[in-house]
Amino acid sequence: MKQALIVDDSRLTRKLVRRIMTRLEFEVSEAEDGSAALKHCQTHTPDVILLDWNMPEMDGLEFLIHLRKLPRGGEPKVVFCTTENQRERIESALSAGADEYVMKPFDEEIIKTKLEQVGFAL
Amino acid sequence: MSSPAALPKVSAPSQPGAPGMQSYDALCAYLKKSSGLVLDRDKRYLVDSRLLPIVQREKLSGLPELVNILEKGSSPSLAKEVVQAMTINETYFFRDKLPFDALRDGIIPRIIKAKGNDKTLRIWCAASSTGQEPYSIAMTLAEMKAKLAGWRIEIIGTDLAQHAIEKARAGTYSQFEVQRGLPTPFLLRYFTQSGDVWQISDAIRQQVSFRNFNLLSDFAPLGKFDVVFCRNVLIYFNAPGKKDILQRMLKQLNPEGFVVLGAAEGLVGIDIDLAPDPEVRPFLTRPQNIAKTPR
Repeated sequence: MKQALIVDDSRLTRKLVRRIMTRLEFEVSEAEDGSAALKHCQTHTPDVILLDWNMPEMDGLEFLIHLRKLPRGGEPKVVFCTTENQRERIESALSAGADEYVMKPFDEEIIKTKLEQVGFAL
Repeated sequence: MSSPAALPKVSAPSQPGAPGMQSYDALCAYLKKSSGLVLDRDKRYLVDSRLLPIVQREKLSGLPELVNILEKGSSPSLAKEVVQAMTINETYFFRDKLPFDALRDGIIPRIIKAKGNDKTLRIWCAASSTGQEPYSIAMTLAEMKAKLAGWRIEIIGTDLAQHAIEKARAGTYSQFEVQRGLPTPFLLRYFTQSGDVWQISDAIRQQVSFRNFNLLSDFAPLGKFDVVFCRNVLIYFNAPGKKDILQRMLKQLNPEGFVVLGAAEGLVGIDIDLAPDPEVRPFLTRPQNIAKTPR
């Protein structure tokens, strides 16, 4: 089963994304900010990380930069899921190594399509 | 496809039951709450074409009464029908993905080989709705810029619904719309942003022209095409109607041209001189092209 890590400080969003990812047959783990996610990724290599931008402790972009420096940190596909919708933000996320970018609000169809675009057969 | 050519037009601003903005806003709030469906103000036309038939069938006085029933929660079956009516047939960028991959990897290379010095490429989207399909084609071709250098490319989108044509021509899409099917690198490459609205670039927009057009009318004025996208529109016609459209379409297709239908549409029961070409699935072509195609 494919592994997904949801990184978001909103419990409600994590619940919503978990529901979508479970329906798409991913096994789901959660982290409530970037530093918790980074700790998780030191011992696990998820297939995909769904990543919020604005979080306490460590934001999504900072996490991504650290993640890509880990020994196996290049492996997970990273999809930002955030309210940040400015072009410059999207550009900097992709430059930092994000594979796709979803702007909130989104629905299951959008998540599914983005995952397919980064190579998952769903 | 935004509204089928074979169905009667139901929307007229003066028609009883036509939605006022207040009812429309109430409906939007209900849909968002009940199904997460987000409708922008520019989607108001969908209400005309999709909900007025329900209003009329249920013998309601208009949209306000329908919204009232939905809000009360007294008819789950009606609520379900309304949500479905507002979501089906919504078009999106790179819908089904496969036809666009086949266009890039199979169709265009074959057309380049077949046409030799005649460097013209004409593509028709027969149910272009609000423009996502022809713009997806234009973006696919833009990605092949080097191979198509020196080619004159013309993409024509037609649709029965004038409001869809106007939106397509404007080339502006909501944040929600640009996320449906459009890879983010394409969003950055081919769109400019103004707040929550994304505008397709002039370079892409200039390659596509749109016309209000009924599939029951004569196709000859549209000219000849190398590729026809006829997706998710034939489902609204019976078998003789489908055959008639496809036969007339075939007359507009260049000898080595291709047609693609919707993912759930096929030629079963329709006797027509077109067959699936396994090399460029899901496109169809004249059977003789399949045999003589150089491998």
